[in-house]
Amino acid sequence: MKLEFTLNGRAASWDGAPVTRLASALRDDLGVTGTKIGCDAGDCGACTVLLDGRQVCSCLVAMGQIEGRTVETVEGLEAGPDAMAALQQSFLDHGAAQCGICTPGMLMAAQELVRRNNKPSRAEVEDFLGGVLCRCTGYGKIVDAVMDVVAPTPATASAAGEAVGSRIVRVDGPAKVTGRDLFGADTIPRDALWIRVVRSPHARARFVLGDLEPLRRRLAAVLTAADVPFNGYGIYPDIKDQPVLADGQVRYRGEAVVALVGEHAEVLAIRDDEVPITWTPEPPVFGVDAAMAEDAPLVQADRRGNLLLKGGVKSGDTAAALDACAAVAEGTFETAFVEHAYIEPEAGWARRVGDRIEIHATTQTPYMDRDEIANLMRLKPEAVRIVPTACGGGFGGKLDLSVQPLLAIAAWTLGRPVALVYTRPESMAASTKRHPARVTARFGCDAEGKLLACDVTALFDTGAYASWGPTVANRVPVHAMGPYAIPNVRTWGEAYFTNGPPAGAFRGFGVPQAAIAHEAMMDELADRLGIDRLEFRHRNALRAGDMTATGQTLAHSAGLAQCLDALRPHWRRAHEEIAAFNERGGSHRRGIGIGCMWYGIGNTSMSNPSRMRVGLSPGGTLTLYSGALDIGQGSNTIMVQIAADAVGLPADQFTLVTGDTDLTADAGKTSASRQTFVSGKAAEKAGQDLRQQILRLANAGPDAILSLEGATLSVRDGGEVRTIDLAASGPLMGEGTFDPPTTPLDAEGQGVPYATYAFAAQLAEVEVDVELGTVKVLRIVAAHDVGRAINPTLVEGQIQGGVAQGLGLALMEEYLPGRTENLHDYLIPTVGDVPEIECLLIEDREPLGPSGAKGIGEPALVPTAPAILGAVHHATGVRVHRVPLLPHRLREAIVALERKRA
Amino acid sequence: MGAYLRPRGLEEALQALTRPFTVLAGGTDFYPARVGRAVTEDVLDIAGIAALRGISETSAGWRLGATTTWSELVEADLPPMFDGLKQAAREVGGRQIQNAGTIAGNICNASPAADGVPALLALDAEVELASRDGARRLPLASFITGVRTTAREPGELVVALHVPRPRAEARSAFLKLGARRYLVISIAMASTLVEVEDGKVKAARVAVGACSPVAQRLPALEQALVGATVDAHLGERLAPSHLAPLSPIDDVRGSAGYRSEVALVLLRRLLSKVAA
Ligand SMILES: Cc1cc2nc3c(=O)[nH]c(=O)nc-3n(C[C@H](O)[C@H](O)[C@H](O)COP(=O)(O)OP(=O)(O)OC[C@H]3O[C@@H](n4cnc5c(N)ncnc54)[C@H](O)[C@@H]3O)c2cc1C
Ligand code: FES
Ligand code: FES
Repeated sequence: MKLEFTLNGRAASWDGAPVTRLASALRDDLGVTGTKIGCDAGDCGACTVLLDGRQVCSCLVAMGQIEGRTVETVEGLEAGPDAMAALQQSFLDHGAAQCGICTPGMLMAAQELVRRNNKPSRAEVEDFLGGVLCRCTGYGKIVDAVMDVVAPTPATASAAGEAVGSRIVRVDGPAKVTGRDLFGADTIPRDALWIRVVRSPHARARFVLGDLEPLRRRLAAVLTAADVPFNGYGIYPDIKDQPVLADGQVRYRGEAVVALVGEHAEVLAIRDDEVPITWTPEPPVFGVDAAMAEDAPLVQADRRGNLLLKGGVKSGDTAAALDACAAVAEGTFETAFVEHAYIEPEAGWARRVGDRIEIHATTQTPYMDRDEIANLMRLKPEAVRIVPTACGGGFGGKLDLSVQPLLAIAAWTLGRPVALVYTRPESMAASTKRHPARVTARFGCDAEGKLLACDVTALFDTGAYASWGPTVANRVPVHAMGPYAIPNVRTWGEAYFTNGPPAGAFRGFGVPQAAIAHEAMMDELADRLGIDRLEFRHRNALRAGDMTATGQTLAHSAGLAQCLDALRPHWRRAHEEIAAFNERGGSHRRGIGIGCMWYGIGNTSMSNPSRMRVGLSPGGTLTLYSGALDIGQGSNTIMVQIAADAVGLPADQFTLVTGDTDLTADAGKTSASRQTFVSGKAAEKAGQDLRQQILRLANAGPDAILSLEGATLSVRDGGEVRTIDLAASGPLMGEGTFDPPTTPLDAEGQGVPYATYAFAAQLAEVEVDVELGTVKVLRIVAAHDVGRAINPTLVEGQIQGGVAQGLGLALMEEYLPGRTENLHDYLIPTVGDVPEIECLLIEDREPLGPSGAKGIGEPALVPTAPAILGAVHHATGVRVHRVPLLPHRLREAIVALERKRA
Repeated sequence: MGAYLRPRGLEEALQALTRPFTVLAGGTDFYPARVGRAVTEDVLDIAGIAALRGISETSAGWRLGATTTWSELVEADLPPMFDGLKQAAREVGGRQIQNAGTIAGNICNASPAADGVPALLALDAEVELASRDGARRLPLASFITGVRTTAREPGELVVALHVPRPRAEARSAFLKLGARRYLVISIAMASTLVEVEDGKVKAARVAVGACSPVAQRLPALEQALVGATVDAHLGERLAPSHLAPLSPIDDVRGSAGYRSEVALVLLRRLLSKVAA
């Protein structure tokens, strides 16, 4: 059907099946890809557009309903070329876009409001944005941006040498707020074939494939395990246990079995039951108890006892020390599978270029992808080129391969571009999750509240395949005692295979789970001794000069005590307010809680180098070649800021080339909160190297001042100015490498696992509806020792986003295979659930880091759940032993407590 | 690829329905049920039919056109007896869903957690159905027959909902419990309408949703409320036995026991809200 309508103020016409979703027509046929698709089900709001001036989900509107109507998308907001709308400018200035995948939808939802009322209240903003999910920002800066649309506070530009520490706008921000940034599903060539993956409906089963010939005749290809040159991948070089396509046996619900390759409509039209697969389901192994049972079936045949890994840290004599303690607290705490729920599902496309394969996909780790694809395809790494697209959120979930292997195999064999975009349920079923944990802890202290000993055992459900399981099982024992000086420590971690989804990397690698346990212990010990909960932690905080349980002396930058000092006034004020509120009685009770954490930056006891380059071309183009992938956290901007100051030229003169494995060097993966610290250091060194070369050319001293105009570089040294004609001097390239100094851990877990640690303390104020069991978080104050905030706006954005995820972990998020595989059964916080979050930045410089910086990505999330749960305890007396604390669970616990007290 | 019809007139639509078509209105239930697969069925898009739109007052009460969206409802000039329905409308999904989703779509989809249903039950709404063979009206309670099933015949369309004019001044309210603030499927919700005469309850209707396959009226509670003074103590007439018509289940959002318990809490709060 042919139809006419108005698109962004211009007449548009479209021809196709009227039942086509507006979102698809815009993106696939009308060439406006600013509108994003996160779920195709109305749940995420990424596809929000204005229809006759009102916001709608364009994934729920039939093209047949568009005739004669007016559609506005993000592309229509701009007043003209290079003239952003006030709303876009405000988003940019406030740092309201992180990964940017939700931004077009947010902008359109906000646009409906600001057209009616350009000075909206917070409540109005929340009502209008309630239907758009953001997984990155925690919403605070978005709400501020909308409220300030009339009088935005302009962000600063920085002069040469002043980039570090300034709030410059994201270098990729304009692309994100105009909808021009290109994500995994945005660059797919029109002539691409598409893949649809047929996945296992069973958690554990054997299967036999029937005759695939009839399907093969209808399609370009039907891929099975037999088509994968080396059918195993995994994060660790020695554990390639996950098949690209299952071979006769599946180990989790959602595992890929067959890949259909053909025209887009063709593969979508083939139902799963048309694919001849004969299933023999077997009883699945769910949970660590089942996995550890003596007669448990083996999830992987060669993994005895279903054990992936175990290990721990031991210092002093814990058993004896616990016996001698004046107070001992103990408890067991359980967490669920948690889904990353990035708003951009896994997506990308690939093509064969001669004897090379080129993959354009959303990822957190281009070089690991390259090597892994080479291994699967039996190619040399140089034969694989990874061109990362913009990444619409990762949080650890895009460290593992997703679409890449099937894309590579299909494009390689068919010689045509091939695309694959996961649906939301597919993304949720197939991808990795946060490890469910059962943490049993005993902590003891003396009568003055000085911690003497702790004994922590953490059991992890690592799901069907190893993925990042070993990383979690290694990292947790190092952190499980919490950020405290404790002379006698025994911590232990074990990870077991089950028929759950593969548990992998998720912001914090198991540390958030462990923090729930150690922080509950701090509260209990403090209460038992009648010591204020904050002061108890302050008394025990690790400080510079202290030795950790792994025998590492923290020489510098251990700012937990400063974080607690910064929180103290808020803590005291809140206590008084809460006491006054609770005095009034009624069904709502308030409480306050505190959570502390420490977090080792970078890989655990493993080399994780980054290499960066800064080039100056004969034409005068200053380019940072950065392999460090920005997944929304802001590393593109951070790297430029650091490099700019190291060279001594303004940040806005930099061009950025990022991610492409043909153009940039390996800067490791965007994980473990390592990019600012590790790659940032490499960028600093690269900038310094380029500066040295320039100074040598100009024969100038170290304090010379540079300026760049066209192809002319001026070097002012004291009173003298020398100019370098770049066209004549030829290209210059500075290089820098950094690998944080660590040592392996021995059998007792002794060694230097990380070069530096971030520290933080957060407090949460909550209101519990005692009758309904619901928890409303009223306020979070977050104090983080980040070493040095390279860009405070970006640091705050990380904190606020991490807090929102911590809130979800505490109160609502639980992935249940087959039951919460979409964003309406699996709940993440909306704009109405995340409170105002105040950030207090503590800068206890780390001499190893660039300008003293450490990391913030994961630390932001770790203390939140403990603080919220502590606040719930303060409000109700209920000690929570299982998260998420769904309303019915809290209500049941309140009733049980009332019975016990009666 | 199936057929797609978008008639302007009701007759044309009813004519089409003499053979199987899937009805499409706001699409907010239609599309989520079709993620990641081709839509191949024949579709009858009723959103362009003028006769199905709009809210009007009649001699007997009010007529809510089938394709009235939640936003249109919220913005309509209606007496206080519709406050409960408007409060429910504001709780349906987020703003985008309210701008597209329709009231008839909500009842035809027949989810146990449909937020419109308790409020419409409290309003004593009737469902007007039309087919080529004529029209009929059913009380909403007999229209929804089970989880995602209705009394609608394949040849029928829901044309409108009819709300009778109460005999006395009426007020209503709605309360929803979900595990987050926006875009959330109800764990439980409740709505009430009370007719007030001389400060006392003359008649009351109370309905609870998401605690049984179909939202239920609570006749015993409705009886117990009659004659009560409309003040802060209204909720004291509530007794656990009034929940007998409910049959809550365990699901990912809450346990059966919890639902029974919070239904009582919601009802008590609802009664004080409507009395305020
Ligand atoms: C993200 C999201 C959040 C939601 N949140 C809520 C919520 O909080 N509360 C809630 O109650 N619902 C919610 N819904 C469900 C949905 O929005 C409502 O049920 C809405 O009212 C459905 O109306 P519609 O016009 O969009 O229905 P459609 O999708 O067009 O149709 C729904 C069904 O009804 C049939 N139908 C529609 N109109 C007629 C008619 N006139 N005659 C006969 N058959 C008809 C269709 O064939 C279809 O089977 C949500 C949906 C989404 C996507
Ligand atoms: S893509 Fe439309 S709401 Fe998620
Ligand atoms: S910025 Fe909102 S989802 Fe990433």
